[in-house]
Amino acid sequence: MARMKFLCDSERCIECNACVTACKNEHEVPWGINRRRVVTLEDGQPGERSVSMACMHCTEPPCAAVCPVDCFYQTDDGIVLHSKDLCIGCGYCFYACPFGAPQYPQASNFGGRGKMDKCTYCAGGPEEDNSVVEYQKYGTNRIAEGKLPLCAEMCSTRSLMAGDGDMIAAIYKERVVRRGYGSGAWGWSVAYRTDQRDTFEPDRAIGG
Amino acid sequence: MLKAAVMALLIAIVIGTGPTPVFAQAEQSSPEAGPVETAPGGAGLEQQTPDPALRSVDDVELYQPVQDQLIGRVSIPDAKLATLVQPEGRTWRAFRTEGLFWGSIAVLGVTLAALTGFFLYRGRIRIASGRSGRWIPRFSFWERFAHWTASLSFIALALSGLVVTFGRWVLIPLIGHDAFTATSEVAKYVHNFIGTPFVLALFFMLAVWVKDNIPSRADLDWLRNAGGMLKGASYHPETERFNGGQKGIFWSVVLGGLVMAVTGYLMLVPFAVTGVGGMQVMHVVHSVLAVILIAIIFAHIYIGTVGMEGAFDAMGRGEVDENWAREHHRGWYEQKRPARPYRAPPDAPPSAHGVGAE
Repeated sequence: MARMKFLCDSERCIECNACVTACKNEHEVPWGINRRRVVTLEDGQPGERSVSMACMHCTEPPCAAVCPVDCFYQTDDGIVLHSKDLCIGCGYCFYACPFGAPQYPQASNFGGRGKMDKCTYCAGGPEEDNSVVEYQKYGTNRIAEGKLPLCAEMCSTRSLMAGDGDMIAAIYKERVVRRGYGSGAWGWSVAYRTDQRDTFEPDRAIGG
Repeated sequence: MLKAAVMALLIAIVIGTGPTPVFAQAEQSSPEAGPVETAPGGAGLEQQTPDPALRSVDDVELYQPVQDQLIGRVSIPDAKLATLVQPEGRTWRAFRTEGLFWGSIAVLGVTLAALTGFFLYRGRIRIASGRSGRWIPRFSFWERFAHWTASLSFIALALSGLVVTFGRWVLIPLIGHDAFTATSEVAKYVHNFIGTPFVLALFFMLAVWVKDNIPSRADLDWLRNAGGMLKGASYHPETERFNGGQKGIFWSVVLGGLVMAVTGYLMLVPFAVTGVGGMQVMHVVHSVLAVILIAIIFAHIYIGTVGMEGAFDAMGRGEVDENWAREHHRGWYEQKRPARPYRAPPDAPPSAHGVGAE
């Protein structure tokens, strides 16, 4: 079974924001919610890098660990999904997420937030695959159709890669060796590394 | 990045391999390290020249340790998303999933154990000379209104907060995910909306009682004698309207409540004044203080109900038995005595005051 991951080769990202636009369009993401974004580090300085960032679908997801209602689950492919029927919009997952992935619609008064929305790795939610209900809540389910996430599929410089973690890591490593440099896979140490004491402890239970 | 490149270079020099062609195997003819080339263009451009340490795909470092928050620039309106990585989230996660859970169990458990132990040691503290049957007014209607508004809203806030904070580990196994979501959604709204009555009651209590809660010398005497709690009923330190313990409750509720109010309202409008780090700090302050206040209120409820005979009358009916007042608040009782005549016991002959006023 594949372990799905994202990898952004920041040496190739040209900050065109096409991944952001593709995501918004594919899933009809509401105004003000950014499932994916491009962050430019050291903008205008030598060593400037742009990184496309969304939910990294962590190995031991912090969002799932802190959720008061235990609405997260992980698929067999390692994709982290959640149930909007269970979510109460408390905002805890945003405080715990290292990547700022969870987003909330401004739903009611006094900062009341609606159901959390985040990147689904184009894998929908707990509803029946590609049903109308699933589309309305989570967007399209490309994974169920055997397709990879659209953001990575249409990246013009092949900077953003999605797929089996070992496979995209091998592609990235080969690139680094060929060109002789690379600034690392952004976020991988935080999202996927579990062999360090200072990284995340295994959660007691991830629901689902 | 720079550190990693320098470290890789140093390691390459130490193990005696110089710059090697891409994909070359380990058998290398020259054991000497080549001269370290400085990148043209100076600092910041090192990574744009071939890294001499790279020999094969095995050398490529995927996991670059992220030490600090990385903040860049985004072209979308949500400025807080310019933070690329915030590793502090894992500290907050540990607090939320482990520290707060076990800390709360410890604090509340120790408090309940101490109260149980005190009850076994001391039992219900009786009015030593028995009830006189004469009542002295102690709290006016508005004082009781402030107290009960604060206390009922406190209980609502504490219960709803506990549901959202610990329900995942306590209630989900009992009632399941769907029912718990419904419960916690109600708890969230209760918590959001009952906060305001609590804060208003706090200011009300502050206004009506601050003059009686100024610390004084009598409080030192009360503290030194542990409020007369440990010595049996033989000695009660003389106190004013409120003793040292009551003043402690007052100030911890008022000051703690104000901190709870500030952090609570700021969490109601997330990211209005602070970033994600500030939100984490406010959550930690709010929840730690909440547990402490709940523990204090446990003790307050204990001594006001089962712990002491006659104490509940003060807040319940607004008047206390004369003997209770003499034993527990002698200073206040002496001041009060000439001011108003006491209501006679119900079976006494009717007088001008008070019969039927209940």
